[in-house]
Amino acid sequence: MATQRVSSTEAANKVIDQLREEHGELFFHQSGGCCDGSAPMCFAVGDFMIGSRDVKLGEIHGCEFYMSPDQFEYMKNTHITIDVVEGRGSSFSLEIPLGLRFIAVSRLFSDEEYKNLEPIEVD
Amino acid sequence: MSYTKPEFKEKYENFIGGEWIEPVDGRYFEAFSPIDNQLMCKVAQSNKKDVQLAVDAAWKGFETWGKTSVAQRSAILNKIADKMEENLEMLAVAESWDNGKAVRETLAADLPLAIDHFRYFASVIRSESGTVSDLDANTVSQEIHEPLGVVGQIIPWNFPLLMAAWKLAPAMAAGNCVVLKPAEQTPVSIMLMMEVIKDIVPAGVINIINGFGPEAGKPLALHPDIKKIGFTGETTTGKLIMQYASENIIPVTLELGGKSPNIFMESIMDKDDAFFDKAIEGLVLFAFNQGEVCTCPSRALIQESIYKPFMKRVLERVEAIKMGDPLDPTTMMGAQASPDQYEKILNYIEIGKAEGAELLIGGEKYDNEFYPDGCFIKPTIFKGNNKMRIFQEEIFGPVLSVTTFKDEDEALAIANDTIYGLGAGIWTRDVHQMQKFTRGIQAGRVWANCYHLYPSHASFGGYKKSGIGRETHMMMLNNYRHTKNVLTSYDQNALGFF
Repeated sequence: MATQRVSSTEAANKVIDQLREEHGELFFHQSGGCCDGSAPMCFAVGDFMIGSRDVKLGEIHGCEFYMSPDQFEYMKNTHITIDVVEGRGSSFSLEIPLGLRFIAVSRLFSDEEYKNLEPIEVD
Repeated sequence: MSYTKPEFKEKYENFIGGEWIEPVDGRYFEAFSPIDNQLMCKVAQSNKKDVQLAVDAAWKGFETWGKTSVAQRSAILNKIADKMEENLEMLAVAESWDNGKAVRETLAADLPLAIDHFRYFASVIRSESGTVSDLDANTVSQEIHEPLGVVGQIIPWNFPLLMAAWKLAPAMAAGNCVVLKPAEQTPVSIMLMMEVIKDIVPAGVINIINGFGPEAGKPLALHPDIKKIGFTGETTTGKLIMQYASENIIPVTLELGGKSPNIFMESIMDKDDAFFDKAIEGLVLFAFNQGEVCTCPSRALIQESIYKPFMKRVLERVEAIKMGDPLDPTTMMGAQASPDQYEKILNYIEIGKAEGAELLIGGEKYDNEFYPDGCFIKPTIFKGNNKMRIFQEEIFGPVLSVTTFKDEDEALAIANDTIYGLGAGIWTRDVHQMQKFTRGIQAGRVWANCYHLYPSHASFGGYKKSGIGRETHMMMLNNYRHTKNVLTSYDQNALGFF
């Protein structure tokens, strides 16, 4: 099986389930920039216009995960695990009213994993 | 000495139409201080209904405020500044509790700058004019400024009161009424500010609603009756704000951060004098406000020939950064603003190590004997290369990524190799070199032989993905008003077409 670029923890999956019940189908978009940037944002499908050149990294717990192509350029060697921590993030990400915040925990791919990466879907 | 914790009320309602108003659904959320991770107070958890109340109150306020004379608007802005100045210490201490930052900075920077911002816009509107052109002997064109009406503003948590001032002062000066949503990490200090100034501000001119982005920020940004939306924060929400604004076809200003280069040329070490000392501090300013600054000089580019001796002096200075009780005015660094930021920063430190960057100092949390549960991180410096993630992504913490360069061209190439363009610094004794960099760097603010100065009347805003618009300068007024052209003919004769 090919190496996945993004995965999620059990704790994150539980929060995704909870949010899905309230908001319907969800997806993630990795943010950049200041304040709450460099973190994943969770939105209801259709609520955020995914960029035509945004890169889909994969799926976590049934949610597609995207980031802008210029950010992907620097993160393509990294595996991302979406976890959840207690915290008072701002932004419009849906988990925030729960007093929780999704975070992206990164690690570099091993050489073996890197050779075997899932191909990226580019429009 | 240490300032004592301010007395917060048990809960803060919204400030709407000049009064404290219960959130419609009666819900509040808990606000914690990142200094001790303890409850400070509760604040309104607003939703669409509260946004509606605030927008309605703002339009009611606009009936008067939009017609208030420039002289009166100016006087009110000055009074706000005076009142804040009278309460400077109280507000500075509250700001420190709310955000976590050291009171040393709130006393000397956040509050004085916020106060001055109101005075600046109070003054510029007294001395500016529209324009009049004689287009021909009988045709006169007037360009007249008119306020937009009610504007929405969503502000960040890194400088809560200063960012409020940056947004409120120009909007009010231009004759608008404001509905402002503070960040949910720092919802409290602005409520103390409103307690201080509420009797000065006419009802409906400033409306503050607290709450969460998806519940309160979104309906504000989407509201069909706001005429402009201003936002400071990160890129995904920035895009979302633009998307929402496209629904109502309203203008947007955005400030979305950066990965600012701070460039040190070899001439800084020609002498070991006051200027060299200033340059050392100029690099160490990455730790200012715990690195939670959109223009944090988080990439230091140092000329190869001086790297070793310069870095030796820099590390001595970083070593001397005093951490501890943020309420002690000698403490130089406070807590990161929230536990999720804290986790994110620590993860970036791990990424830096894993990417093979060399850790020069710090690189871990700081165990604070005064506040063992607070979110404290040691000032951290990595040496690596500009392709590493810690050089490209905004960490928003006290983490500096250092690299070296051989010559001017290489320095400029590295400086501009980023998707952002908010701030930059250039340090040199060579004026010709300075010109090459100040004009060659693609950023909205280039500090030349200085860094982290934020005076009013020096514009601030981004190139590239760092945003749209220029704040802290009178040019911001035009983002808060229409230009109306009145074209008058004094000719008695018909055009002759029909």
